[in-house]
Amino acid sequence: MPVKGWIVVDEIFCKGCELCIYECPQHVMALDMERLTSKGYHPVTLVMEGCTGCGICAIVCPEAALTVYREAPIKTAKAAQSAAATTI
Amino acid sequence: MAKEFLEGNFAMAEAAVRAGVEAYFGYPITPQTEILEWMSHRMPELNRAFLQAESEVAAINMVYGAACTGARAMSSSSSPGVSLMMEGLSYIAGTEVPAVLIDVVRGGPGLGNIAPSQGDYNQLVHGGGHGDYHPIVLAPASVQEAIDLTVLAFDLAEKYRNICIVMADGSIGQMMEPAELPEMRPLRTITPDWAVDGCLDRPQRILTSILIDPTLEEIYNHKILDTWYRIQANEIRYKEYYLDDAEYVVVGFGSAGRIALTAIRNARAEGIKVGLFRPISLSPFPFPQLEELIKTTQGILVTEMNTGQMLEDVRMAVKGRVPIEFYARLGGIVPFPGEILGEIRRLVHEPKSPDGDPRRRWMQRLKDGVITLS
Amino acid sequence: MMDTPIQTEVQTVYSRPDSLSRTPSHYCPGCTHGIAHRLIAEVLDEMDIREKTIGVAPVGCSVFAYNYFDFDWVEAAHGRAPAMATGIKRVLPDRFVFTYQGDGDLASIGMSEIMHVAGRGENITVIFINNAIFGMTGGQMAPTTLPGQKTTSSPHGRDVETTGYPLHMAEVLATMEGSGYVVRRSLHDPKNIRLSKKAIRTAFETQKRGLGFSMVELLSTCPTNWGVSVQEALSWLEEHMIPVYPLQDFKVSSALDGLKF
Repeated sequence: MPVKGWIVVDEIFCKGCELCIYECPQHVMALDMERLTSKGYHPVTLVMEGCTGCGICAIVCPEAALTVYREAPIKTAKAAQSAAATTI
Repeated sequence: MAKEFLEGNFAMAEAAVRAGVEAYFGYPITPQTEILEWMSHRMPELNRAFLQAESEVAAINMVYGAACTGARAMSSSSSPGVSLMMEGLSYIAGTEVPAVLIDVVRGGPGLGNIAPSQGDYNQLVHGGGHGDYHPIVLAPASVQEAIDLTVLAFDLAEKYRNICIVMADGSIGQMMEPAELPEMRPLRTITPDWAVDGCLDRPQRILTSILIDPTLEEIYNHKILDTWYRIQANEIRYKEYYLDDAEYVVVGFGSAGRIALTAIRNARAEGIKVGLFRPISLSPFPFPQLEELIKTTQGILVTEMNTGQMLEDVRMAVKGRVPIEFYARLGGIVPFPGEILGEIRRLVHEPKSPDGDPRRRWMQRLKDGVITLS
Repeated sequence: MMDTPIQTEVQTVYSRPDSLSRTPSHYCPGCTHGIAHRLIAEVLDEMDIREKTIGVAPVGCSVFAYNYFDFDWVEAAHGRAPAMATGIKRVLPDRFVFTYQGDGDLASIGMSEIMHVAGRGENITVIFINNAIFGMTGGQMAPTTLPGQKTTSSPHGRDVETTGYPLHMAEVLATMEGSGYVVRRSLHDPKNIRLSKKAIRTAFETQKRGLGFSMVELLSTCPTNWGVSVQEALSWLEEHMIPVYPLQDFKVSSALDGLKF
C-alpha cells in the first residue's frame, strides 16, 4: 500500500520562495495563485495526489512553514497483535 | 557646471574627486555606503587609489599611511564606524598630517539605527580620540553645501595640516536635491616638505606621533594649540537668516537648522521677530558671533537632533545673560517644522529666565505632556 | 485466514522546532539563512539544550536573528561576536554559547576576534554563513567574494591584483591547535542540508565535551544581491562556490570518533 502523506502550510511564514516546489520528488506542490498570505505572498499548497510524506519540502523550507504527516502501516509486533485480536 | 539632481552621498564623493582626492579607504555602513560604492567605480577609473578596507580601524590607518606621503586622503563612515576611527584620528592629529573624513550621522548610541541624527557632535567637535587635538568640523544643511564643504575640507586640512571632518546628518547623505558639482581640479604636483615618500636626494624624514620625552611632547602640544587658535581666528563659518531685526534667535545646525528655517518663516508670517543662526563650522564654533548677537536678543531656542551637545557650547557663549530654551528629537527622529514653530511661540509668549537648565525644562515638558513624542 | 486490514497510524514526519519563535523572519524569500536557523533550532531541540543556550548575533542580514529563536541572545558589535561569546562562556561555562556570523562580520572586520577565539581554543561554536557578499548593506564585496564576481564595490568584478583572493576561513582556523571541529558544508540541496545539520550537531557535541573551538562554515545563497532567482542562486553556489570552497572536514578531534546521535 503506497504511503499517503500530506502537508500543512503555516501561512504566516510561507514566502512563496518555491524551494519546496523545486525539490519535491513527486512534483505535487505549487503556489496557490488564487490566494495571498497576510504578508502578500502566494503560499504553497498541494495541487494533486501523490504526496508520500517524504519531508524533503520541510528540509529545504527556510521558514519552517511546513508540517509533514504521513499515514503509514504500523509495523510493530504489538500493533500486529492488537490487529489480530480485533479480527474474528 | 549645470545643476543636476544629486544624492548627498554621491555628491560628497564626487566633490572629493573633483577636489583632487588621491586615496579613498572605507568600509560599508549605512547610511553612507553609496560613497564607498561610487568611489569603487570612480577612483580606479581615474587611476587613483581605492580600497574597501577590512574594517573602519584598518580604513583610518590606511588614510593615515597615505596622508603621510603628502597625498590627499580620505575616508567616510557613520557613527559606529567613526567611533572605531577615533584611535586613528588621534594618531593623525599627533603626527600633524592632513586628512578628511565624512561622517554621515545615524541614531545611537551603540548599533542604534540607520535614521538621521546629530549625536556625533561631541565625538567630533570635542575630540573623540585621546589627547589634546581639535579637528575642523563642518556641518552642511543641503546637498550643495555638502559638496562645497567637502571641497573646502581638503583645502583646510592641507592649509593647517589638520583633520577636517564633514559632519552630515543621515538625511543629507540620503536626500536628493538639485546641486552643482565643481570643475575637476588637477591633482597636486608638489610634495609637501614634511612628506615621507622615499629619501631620494634628501635627508631622511620620519613621521611619528610618539614623543617619548615629555618635554618634547609638551612643545608639540603647544604647537598644535597655536594652530588651533589660528584656525579659530580664520575659519569660523555660519549663516544668518532674518537676524537684522530679530528679537529671538534659533540656533541649529545641519538638518535641524534647515527645518528651523521653515518654522522661522512661518513665525515671521505670524509677526514674530525671530531669526536663525546656523553654525556651519561646529569646530571652530562661532563663539564670538553668538556673543555679539545675543546683545540684542530676548531669548534663544537651541534645537538639535541629540540631547543637547551643541547646547552646551551655546550656553558657554551666552554665559547666562539671556534665556535659553531647548528642543530636541533623538534616536533617529527628525523634527517637523511645526514642532519648532510651537517652541518658538513658547519662547516668545511664556515667561523665561536666564537661570536654570534648558534641558531639564524641556524634559519636564515631556513629562507633563506639554509636548509629546509623536 | 481472512485478510486482516493493515493498521495504519499517522506519523508526524516534520514539525516546526520549539527553539524557533513564531515571528516571521525578514529574510528574503529563499534565503538560506532561514535553513541555517532551522537546523540550529532542530539540533538544540534534539539535544534538549534550548534553555541552556545563549546565542550571539552579528551585524549583517541576521542582525535580528534573536527575534526568530526562543532562547537567550545578545547582540554584538560588528565582528566582535566571538569576543562577546568568550565573555559569556568564561563566566557561564556550563551553557552552550554560539555565534552566528556572516562573511563580513567574521572574515572582514571580525578577523582578529575569530582568529583568537580559535587560537585560545575557546569552547564555543561558530556558525559561519558564507554567501560571498555583504548582504545587509546592499551587496558589497566581501573577503569571500569570488574573483571576477561583480558587487557594488567591485563593479567590474573582483580584481585579485588589487584585492587578493577569497579567504578560506575553515582551512585557516583548522590549523589552530585550539580548534576541535572545523568543517565546511553547504545549504544548496536536501542532501547537503542533511549533512549540514549533522555537522551543526557535531559542533555542539564538541562544545559539550569541551574539545575546543568548533565552527561550521555553511555555503549559502544571496539571490537578492547576486541578482538571480532563488533556483539560479542554488545552481550558482554549486557550480562556482564549491570549487573554490571545498566541502570537507578540516579538523576533527579524535575524541569525536564514533560519535553517534
